Parts: sequence; C-alpha cells; structure tokens
Amino acid sequence: MQYEAIVIGVSSGGMNAMNILFSRLPKEFSIPIVLLQHIGPHSDNLWIKILNNKTNVVIKEADEKEKIEKGRVYVSPPNYHLLIEKNKTFSLSIDARVNYARPSIDVLFESAAEAYKSKLIGIILTGSNSDGTNGMKRIKECGGLTIAQDPETAESGYMPASAIAAVKVDHILSLQGISDLLIKIAKENNAPL
Amino acid sequence: MSEKTNSEDNPGITRDTIKEEKDGDKLRELLETLYQQYGYDFREYSEAHLQRRIRNVMILSGMQDMSEIQSKVLNDAGFVSKLLHNLSITVTEMFRDPGFYKSLRENVIPVLKTYPFIKIWHAGCSTGEEAYSMSILMQEEGLYDRTTIYATDFNQQVVNRAKEGIFSNALIKEYTANYQLFGGRASFSDYYTADQNNAIMNQSLKKNIVWANHNLVTDSVFAEVNLIVCRNVLIYFNKGLQNKVHDLFYNSLVSGGFLCLGSKESLQFTELHSKYSEADRKNRIYKKKY
Repeated sequence: MQYEAIVIGVSSGGMNAMNILFSRLPKEFSIPIVLLQHIGPHSDNLWIKILNNKTNVVIKEADEKEKIEKGRVYVSPPNYHLLIEKNKTFSLSIDARVNYARPSIDVLFESAAEAYKSKLIGIILTGSNSDGTNGMKRIKECGGLTIAQDPETAESGYMPASAIAAVKVDHILSLQGISDLLIKIAKENNAPL
Repeated sequence: MSEKTNSEDNPGITRDTIKEEKDGDKLRELLETLYQQYGYDFREYSEAHLQRRIRNVMILSGMQDMSEIQSKVLNDAGFVSKLLHNLSITVTEMFRDPGFYKSLRENVIPVLKTYPFIKIWHAGCSTGEEAYSMSILMQEEGLYDRTTIYATDFNQQVVNRAKEGIFSNALIKEYTANYQLFGGRASFSDYYTADQNNAIMNQSLKKNIVWANHNLVTDSVFAEVNLIVCRNVLIYFNKGLQNKVHDLFYNSLVSGGFLCLGSKESLQFTELHSKYSEADRKNRIYKKKY
C-alpha cells in the first residue's frame, strides 16, 4: 500500500508527544505530514521553531493554496481551519469553531479523507476533548489507515479514547510504537514494487 | 484510478470511491444549477470548504445524498435561500487581529489624513463587524466626518443584519478584549447601548456607512476608493477567481491606495504582485504603486 499523506491531531499534552514522535523520524522520512495542534487564536506558532530545532524533519506553517510536497511537515496556522483540497493544496477558513476549536481536527481530517481516500493515515494523539473522532470515522470510511495513541500512555487519554470508542481503529499504540510503524510504512512506500 | 490495490483490506473501497467521484460531479452539477437558476456563482469556490458546508446543510435537513439536495434546489426557493445563507456566511469579529488595526492607525491613517474625502470599501462585509471597527477607528482619528465606508456583501440577509448593528453581549465581550489589545482610545462601551442580551451599535457609527449588495464574483467596479479591506474572503475562492477579484480591487483603488488582506492571505503569488508595494508585510497591507 502506498500512503501519500499522514494527518495528526493533537491537543493538550501535545508538545511532549510531538517531541517524542518527531525526534524519532529520520530526515529522509518522505510521506508528508499535516499536523493539527489545538492552539489559542493569538498564538504566534513559536513552538514550530522550537520543535524544528529538536527534529530531523522540516516543519513549517501551512500556507493558503500551498501544494503539499513530500518530505515536509505542515502545521495549521492559529485561528483558521485547515482543509485539504482534492488537488492536494491547502485551503484555510474562518468558519465557526467546531468542537470549540479553530483549527479543528475534524475539519482537517474529513477534508483529507475526501482528498486522499485510502492513501491517508490518520493519527489521534493526546488531548482532552473529542475533536477528531468524526474525522477518524471519515478516514476509516474512505479506506484510510487509522491509528490512535494508547490512551493509557497519553498525557490526556480522552481524545484517543473517544476515537477508539467510535471507530474500529487499525492500531492502538504508544508514541514509540507509532513512530516505529510510520518508519516501517515509509520504508515500504519507498521499496521498489 | 489506482485504488484497486486496497480492495483486499477494504472490500467496500472501490464502490465508495466511485460514489465519492460521483459526489464530486454532483457538487459541480449543484453549483451549476445555483448559477443558472438563481445567478449565484459558487463555481470557482474552494471545493473542500463547499463540500463541508453542503454536508452540514444535508445533515440539518435530514438528507441522504447529493441528488436530494439537487431536486430541492430546483423546486424549493425557501430551501435555496437557506442554502445560500449557509454557503456564504462568514464568521467575523470586531478588531479581529488587533495588531492589524494598530498598523492601520500607524501606517495608513497618516496617508488618509492628507485627503479631503476618504472612501473605504469593506468587500465581503458579512455581518458588519469590520465596518463598525473601521467607523470606530475613523472617529477616534477625527476623520469620520469626511469618510464614506462602503460595506458590501452579496448576501442580502447578512447586509440587513449588519445594518441593524445588533450583537449579542457574549460577542461584545470578545470584541472588547480585541479593542483593548488594539489600544483603543475610549472605553468600548461608549460605542454601543446594551440591554440584558444584546448591544446595539451607536447611530453615529452607522451614519457614514453605505450598506450595499455587491457580488465580488459577478459585479464590477462601483467606486474609486482609497482603502479596500477584504480580509479572509478570498481564502474561500480558487486561484483563478482570486486573480479576477484582485483585478477588480486594483481597478477600484486610487494610485497610492491601500489593500488589506487577511493575516494568512498574500499577493505574493498573484499576477498583480509587482503593482503593489508592501506597506506592512506582517499585517498584509499593500499599497498600489503610482
């Protein structure tokens, strides 16, 4: 199976989780990742810089209409919803909050599921609300691979538990387990057929 | 399509994929009907956003698929107005991005002060929050009496609401915080009268606002203005339509006039990029070159 993109939703406890996850990914990790961290409307996304210094992969804020490229990690800008178009570019919206959140994980995941169908991996990490559950459902319906952080290993287990309760996710893993799996999948992606 | 490889793990996928493709066609069919029958042109909007809004309408109306919505659109004018409302309403705030208003005061107002009359266009004003913010700024700068603010939207319903200038107290609380971050010179409560639930904006703020129905997609230049504010409207359009609207803005601005976009919007990849200079890069304020 060739996967073309990974979407990750994370809320409270996210900084630690992302540090662990991204520090384990090799520089040559080629599947594009779109990362949605719940952040306040006035955030300056400074944490991208901090995370960039600690990881091998290149992390940047997603720009309006930007084309999604291999080997990049994109982060949602504060106070906008982030959507993926069928032509694999980003759209932004200032529509009402969804699950009290803007950016909302559901909005990203649902549009990504439409855009990538079965070639998408959806991952829900630590968080204390149920945003992302509907998105995971949609990814599953469209044939994508769904992964939830094991709630027992999450700083806040509510968000992955909510997804697990609503969707028959394909994998429930620790952060280490998730990064191992992603590295394995990326290797298979690159292997000659 | 090469989706087949997955059919072993997910027996339903091939069928689902076909259904998805059909949904895409049906979306285009629906947009075509809305345009041909009612004159509203969403054909060049970003699809992901439209899909989401239309699905919301379907869920609210208990509809199962796109063909149902298509026949409803053909036969039920009441439903069409509900649909239009859902497709067009954008969420806005007074003094959204306080830093932007600060920059207006520092970088744009000094230039506007040199004109005997000032014309400002809020394109896609929605429920009017930004137009009221501008009124407040111009009053505080002592420029209001020589200013005309054109606040336009293609959705008559929201223009009517904007004109009323009534906002819930919960919203006013947010706007007050924005106003304070912007560094407003008065107390925000000076600008409205509130009862238990709502606040109504002062008549003096409305005096020089001209509310009008204007469609960025299908209508043309209607005035020559000194400042255009169109923040977070173009993000809903595709590239081609964005370029068309930028032409419209360019032709509506006086030389040396200002164009203000949303904090994540940019002229950088548009055809008109070289015809503007950056008055404030961070706050996306551009100045039309002479």
